[in-house]
Amino acid sequence: MKGSTGSAMNRVDGLAKVTGAAAYAADFDVPRIAYATMVQSTIARGRIASVQTERAAQAPGVLLVMTHENAPKLPAEGQKAQPPGDRALSLLQDDQVRYNGEPVAVVVAETLEQAKYAASLLKFSWEPAVPALDFESARASAYQPAALTHAPPDVTWGDVPTAMRDAPAQHAATYATPMENHNPMEPHATLAVWNGDELTVHDSTQCVVGARKALARKLGIPVEKVRVISPYVGGGFGCKGSAWSHVLLAAMAARKTHRPVRLALERTQMFGPVGYRPRTRQELALGADSAGNLLAIRHDVVSSTSTFEDWSEPSAVVTRMLYACPNVSTTHRLVKLNLATPTFTRAPGEATGSYALEAAMDELACKLQVDPVELRLRNYAEKEPESGKAWSSKALRECYRAGAERFGWSRRKAATGSLRDGEQLIGLGMATATYPANRQAANALVRIGADGSATVQCATQDIGTGTYTIITQVAADALGLPANRIAVEIGDSQFPEAPISGGSMTAASVTPAVQAAARQARSQLVARAVADSESPLHGLAGDEIDAADGWLLSRADNSRRDAFASVIARSGGSPIEARAQAKPGEEKDQYAMHSFGAVFAEVAVDPALGEVRVRRIVGTYSVGSVLNAKTARSQLIGGVVWGIGMALHEQTLVDPASGRVVNANLAQYHVPVNADIADIDITFVDENDQNFNPLGARGIGEIGITGVAAAIANAVYHATGKRVRDLPITPDKLLGA
Amino acid sequence: MIAFDYARPTTIDSALAAAANTQARFIGGGTNLLDLMKGSVEQPALLIDVNHLDISAVEELPDGGLRIGAGARNSDVANHRLVRERYPLLTRALLAGASPQLRNMATVGGNLMQRTRCDYFVDTGFARCNKRLPGSGCAARDGHNHLHAILGASDQCVAVNPSDMSVALLALAATVNVRGVGGDRRIAMADFHRLPEDHPERDTNLKPGELIVSVDLPSPRFAQNYHYLKVRERASFAFALVAVAVGLDIDESGRVREAGIALGGVAHKPWLARDAATLLTGKSAHDADLDAVAAAALSGAQPLSRNAYKIPMAKNAVVRAIKIAMEA
Repeated sequence: MKGSTGSAMNRVDGLAKVTGAAAYAADFDVPRIAYATMVQSTIARGRIASVQTERAAQAPGVLLVMTHENAPKLPAEGQKAQPPGDRALSLLQDDQVRYNGEPVAVVVAETLEQAKYAASLLKFSWEPAVPALDFESARASAYQPAALTHAPPDVTWGDVPTAMRDAPAQHAATYATPMENHNPMEPHATLAVWNGDELTVHDSTQCVVGARKALARKLGIPVEKVRVISPYVGGGFGCKGSAWSHVLLAAMAARKTHRPVRLALERTQMFGPVGYRPRTRQELALGADSAGNLLAIRHDVVSSTSTFEDWSEPSAVVTRMLYACPNVSTTHRLVKLNLATPTFTRAPGEATGSYALEAAMDELACKLQVDPVELRLRNYAEKEPESGKAWSSKALRECYRAGAERFGWSRRKAATGSLRDGEQLIGLGMATATYPANRQAANALVRIGADGSATVQCATQDIGTGTYTIITQVAADALGLPANRIAVEIGDSQFPEAPISGGSMTAASVTPAVQAAARQARSQLVARAVADSESPLHGLAGDEIDAADGWLLSRADNSRRDAFASVIARSGGSPIEARAQAKPGEEKDQYAMHSFGAVFAEVAVDPALGEVRVRRIVGTYSVGSVLNAKTARSQLIGGVVWGIGMALHEQTLVDPASGRVVNANLAQYHVPVNADIADIDITFVDENDQNFNPLGARGIGEIGITGVAAAIANAVYHATGKRVRDLPITPDKLLGA
Repeated sequence: MIAFDYARPTTIDSALAAAANTQARFIGGGTNLLDLMKGSVEQPALLIDVNHLDISAVEELPDGGLRIGAGARNSDVANHRLVRERYPLLTRALLAGASPQLRNMATVGGNLMQRTRCDYFVDTGFARCNKRLPGSGCAARDGHNHLHAILGASDQCVAVNPSDMSVALLALAATVNVRGVGGDRRIAMADFHRLPEDHPERDTNLKPGELIVSVDLPSPRFAQNYHYLKVRERASFAFALVAVAVGLDIDESGRVREAGIALGGVAHKPWLARDAATLLTGKSAHDADLDAVAAAALSGAQPLSRNAYKIPMAKNAVVRAIKIAMEA
């Protein structure tokens, strides 16, 4: 039966969002709510010598001034980080300051304005120490982290030094990417409500289950006593994958004041205490034969972390899987700086690593005078290079072909500076996109009610990606119900457990569980019908019955049918309920699982002024089957837009003296605006990855950003003949002064 | 934000009387002041709302010039028929600034009073800023100063004026009409904003309590040959790295009779390139040495640690803007 899965169904939550009916974390209101503001340090390292709180405490409306002097002591064990999601936080447990912008106090008042005014009356005396802020000088003491999130820090095969030395063609260069902040449209916000010893938290989170565990662990209370609710999330991108300090501080303040407390971060507070993409410095060396066949790759990454928690940007992981090469060496090192702890940022590792690797591949192609697409085809990995495993499914060759055709790549001339449009130099560049296909165990509940409509419950989240919609589509097909008779309830830790909405794995993990639960519910309904002597379907075998449009019907004779509601009504009216779990199995050992894509970019560079504008992007992707053609395309467009920002605009600037983020606002931290985004052409190659999961769908949340920065950087080189090897490619770098 | 009083006078006299309070600020669109108040950079005890003083009209002057009320919204001025006809340079500059939402609120008077977007000024978490805390030092001089001044800076301050409108008004030789309790004054645009020198806390030469009531534009000369060129990292909604306003009065033989050239993003005030304009006068597209004109415009430029790029960028922008203005 051709169902709704895969179709371009509009978002089922679209109307609620555009009318403002959708309640985000800071929209929840409860009686006696109080408002908190978070106060942050203004030094990067040292201790709080003293803090004068009297004036703030006496200010109008103030309910609590919480500093390290009066904050409740929390169990020490819970304060350690527990990777990947549970972090080392700043919960006012001591007088130490470890970065500029670290939370040092919370003020709670009857109104937000009162809280903010009182906060301005706090007087901190700092005892500063000399902070470590210089990435370059810290590199001397770079160290190997215990592990990356999902991989060892160093992976080597073959004999790279010898192969590199003997390679007829070589390219080696250092590439750099800056610190970047996520900046979802909705800043983090938390409402903490205690009812006796039970805590309910409305939070903007990518993981209600993880936030629940972190709250319980850090507060030292049983996990059963904590409930986290997050029905709508206005973008996450990784920064909402962990419960950061403000979530716990809200809960602590609520317990201390015996009031529900809302703590909503301001935009400036998004630059520090909630993670960021760390700066990277990547040395890349490629050795090849004269035809461009790779003989050796070396990729050495240094990224920065805080002084109190290791978090590595796994940039070289992509180099372990993208090209066939007999000798590969990849390393990751960390430097500790007096900055906040970095975190997952859309395609952590792949976004930064694909920039360096794919820019280097372009440089090698130029050196060898081989077409950049051809160079990639010559090194096409038929199996996963590191493991030797077969791919679950891979259609990258088709992506190159179809993408090149849509873009008109064959008309490109290799010479730089060969295309002009008035004062503008035009450049064309390309790169490969890739991201792993992840999947974890997920659970779902499907209930068919007395009226024949269905409810799906799952403790997953919709972070703006379309989760509500694809669950609806999958459940509709599995149940045989129209989409408008399915209610999807997610974003509540009381629902059946599901993984974090991160790692591009929500669709791949959750929809099989929903499908399985829905099929079980339908089977139960069928069982009731065939056992019921009054049913037109009485006596049929289960597999002789189909379901469509809210009817059970005989496959042999469609006129023999029974409405869902009738079946339930005649069987006593009790709803049908089914729970199911779906999880990856042995296929993980058998196959390597990745999504792929080819990205083509056209840029215009004004050589006199240094301005770069992206004229068009063509992205063609191999992502397995597509569950919703519209939300999938939107996801990829969003990723590409961020890739444009990564290439040309985004960088968090840290003051070299104070360690304070200088451009902690959206006026000076530039993300692309509408005028920066021209034509983005997104297509998918026809694919169905049944080796990966029952729906054949790999995730698509992150692959869109990968490859884009490299494609643009390569296009800028093609336009100008200038290689800018540190992002973003801003006018100052092109003017070279 | 601290608590403040709010007054909504309906006459200029009562607004001026209220402004006797030295802790008062006039508020027009509030697009800059409110942000600064939220960040505690500005802490006025009294806000005097000047949106009800009936000073928003655009009127013709006897010489063909225009008088633009200080309360007129940036959008309304940019799209006013007479402004588009006679001062399209001003329209271009206004539309290059901010976003439609902000332009719908921002007023001409408020735009003239915009404060620098120097990151060290707008964040009270930075201890050193002579503009915010006189005598505290300048963190930008050794910090992230890639957006800062290359002309007219002092040891005290390296901030730049963020306005696009003001750059065009300067090239157009506008005059600012102000009124205080002591009477009316006319201030040439070139004298309205200040260089930082030893008092970077003062952005303009307004006296305490004076109110901008209107801006006069002299009879139009640059309606045919003009260009506003704004260089920025992203295509919209960004302050200028460098901006150039060029207005040319070209005679029948193609020679420049008069030139107005001003730069933005390079100094604590919109920068009038007088010598460059003089060099261009009498020249045509065929014999003008635009590199020399650009060099004159940037004469005396001194880069900071991270903004040397602005000098070639500004020179190239001057050349480009003049070329486009000449070809128009």
